[in-house]
This record gives sequence, structure tokens and C-alpha cells, in this order.
Amino acid sequence: MWRWFHKLGSPRSFYLISNRLLPWLGAAAGLLLVVGAVWGLLFAPPDYQQGNSVRIMYIHVPASILAQSGYLLMATAGAIYLIWRIKLADIAMQCVAPLGASLTFLALVTGSIWGKPTWGTWWQWDARLTSTLVLLFLYLGVVALRSALEYRESAGRATAILALVGVVNLPIIKYSVDWWNTLHQPSSFSLTEKPAMPAEMWLPLLVMVIGFYCFFFTVWILRIRSEIIQRESGTEWVRGVAGS
Amino acid sequence: MKFGPMKPHRRQRLMVVGLIVLCSSAAVMLAMMALEENVNLFYSPNEIVKGEAPVDTMIRAGGMVLEGSVVRSETDLTVDFVIGDLVAAEVPVRYTGILPDLFREGQGVVARGRLTPEGVFVADEVLAKHDENYMPPEVADVIARAHENETPAGESGGQ
Repeated sequence: MWRWFHKLGSPRSFYLISNRLLPWLGAAAGLLLVVGAVWGLLFAPPDYQQGNSVRIMYIHVPASILAQSGYLLMATAGAIYLIWRIKLADIAMQCVAPLGASLTFLALVTGSIWGKPTWGTWWQWDARLTSTLVLLFLYLGVVALRSALEYRESAGRATAILALVGVVNLPIIKYSVDWWNTLHQPSSFSLTEKPAMPAEMWLPLLVMVIGFYCFFFTVWILRIRSEIIQRESGTEWVRGVAGS
Repeated sequence: MKFGPMKPHRRQRLMVVGLIVLCSSAAVMLAMMALEENVNLFYSPNEIVKGEAPVDTMIRAGGMVLEGSVVRSETDLTVDFVIGDLVAAEVPVRYTGILPDLFREGQGVVARGRLTPEGVFVADEVLAKHDENYMPPEVADVIARAHENETPAGESGGQ
């Protein structure tokens, strides 16, 4: 198990293993996103109060979930890099930040579009909305910090520390709706209770969430691969891959 | 690189990582505790009734619009209604303007405005708060009809 882990840690084996994984992951992402989107946007029932604007949920919820999962993955990669100095962890951290930032932006924009007809406002300084905006700035901070530092080593360490400091924001986003009075509604799902929506709504949502995860990992792996090729462009194995 | 017992310098770095997360969490927690009041978007009816909300200051009030409390003016857009927490506290609200589509009795709202010394909340913005329950219109109809059948007859189920 550890051995396999080590193997994955070297850029070369990661490149070769991901070669086999990518087509499956990409196909799953495409299939699930198409099925989920058509199901959610055309066939799922409207809501008794929100009407058809409830369908924004099929984009908004997966984007928000991925925005937070992405940050957790980035911080974990940062911790691994700080402790074990595995090059691949640094590459993974660098490649996930813009992806996470885009998903956070998507979550904020779709939420805003839903908020106007439902709440009557595009934006409120509510704890859930504000902490999600902070998440976007944390992502952008990681991107900016990396491009500001010249040496890869110190850039990697500095961004890892910034990512770790920002981890505290994740429980704040998650529990903001329970800790404080917010405009944003509390979660409709929990591990212990029945979902607060019928299956014909949460099933397409689940498909979309899994589809977003597959899409996220596909894009992430693609980005990591191109970064590996760039960083290792002088080595023999890259020339071998390029030549074949 | 070998696993097994962790090498001392790595264990040290692991502790540094732990310390970073711990310290930043502690710092943010302290800030949150200091800000506690201000992080809440609105005052609940209970807080307003107890006099915890400042009078004649721009604040937000949130609660459920009580059933049967909405009175619309016949001459302009003024609407009077009562928000409550469904327990005891009730706050009368007066608002002139266009209400959001989701505004209805029994639904949560967040209003921004000033509390008069008489205890009336004069709002200049009313937002509808959506709860976490989602359902198709047909299901909502069925539930509403079941309620109607239940209440006057005083017995459950039978039609």
C-alpha cells in the first residue's frame, strides 16, 4: 500500500497511471453531467414556492460542494508538501487553486441569480455568503502568492502555509447557517435525517454532484499532467512520451 | 523515502503544520466570539421584544410572517404584518414598497429598517427567507388539502 503510494508520488508514475485512468474519468464526467443536467433542468419537478428557479440548485449545490472539497484537497496537498516535500503534492496544490476559484465563483454567481427572484436581493452580507466570498479570496490569494514568489521552493512552502491557515474557513462555511441567523437556508441534507426534498429532486442533484466530482478530478489531473511535462521537460522519460 | 517510524525532522514539520491550523483556528474563533452579535444578519422577534435590539437604528429583523396578520393598504403600497417566532414574541412591521414573490403568510422574512419607540418596526426593505424544504407543487397541494380536511372535522384522515 505504502509502496503504491510512493510510486504515485513520483511525477513519472503519476503520468503513466493517469494515462489509463483519464479516459474513464472523463467519460463518466461527460455522461453524468449530461444525464444530471437534462434530468434536473427538464424532468425534475418545480418547487411549490420557487417554481422553476429551483433548478439553479442543480448547478449551485454541486459547485459549492466542489469549491469546499477542492479547498480541503488543496490544503491537504499543502500539508503533504510541507511535511514530506513531495514534488507532486506541490504541483497538485498549484493546479487545484484556479479550478477551485472558478467553482467558488460559479457558486457565488448562481447563488446570486437564485437569490434575486427568491429572496429579493442579489447579495447580502450574510455569514454563509460572506464566508464563501472569503473562500474565493483565499483561492485567489494562493494563486497570487505563487506567482509573486520567484523560487519554486519558497513559493510552494508559502502557498501551503496560506492554504492551511485558510482551512479554518471551511467549518465556518459549513456551520454558518446553524451558528448564526442567516438569510441562506440551512442544509436540506444531513447524515442522520431524511432529506428535506423528494427523491425526484435529490436524485438528479446527486447525479450532478458525482458528475461535478468526476469533472473536477478530470480537469485537475489534466492540469497536473501538463505541469509535470513542463517541469520535467528535460528528462528522458518526457522525451520518450513526447516522441512516441 | 521510508515509512515506519516518522523521521524526526518530518515529525517536527507535521507539528508545525498542526500548529499553523490550530493557531489560525484559535485566532479566528476569538475574533468570532468578539464579533458574535454582528455576525448575525438579523435580530429575532424574541430579542426585539426583550429590548435587546437598539431603537431608531438601522437594523434587520427576521421571523415568520404570522398567519392572517397581513393587512394591505387600499390607497398605496403600504403593508402591515406581524413577524413572530411561533412561540410568543411578536413584532408588528410596516413596509411601503414591492414585496418579493415569495412573501406570504407562514413564510420567513428578513426586513431592514428602524424600530420605533412604540415597538413598530418600520422597514424599507423586505427579503423573503427560503427554508430548507423543497417539494413539487402537487405534493404541497396534497399536504394543504390534508390540513384543511383535518382542522374543521377535528379528526385525522377521514373524508
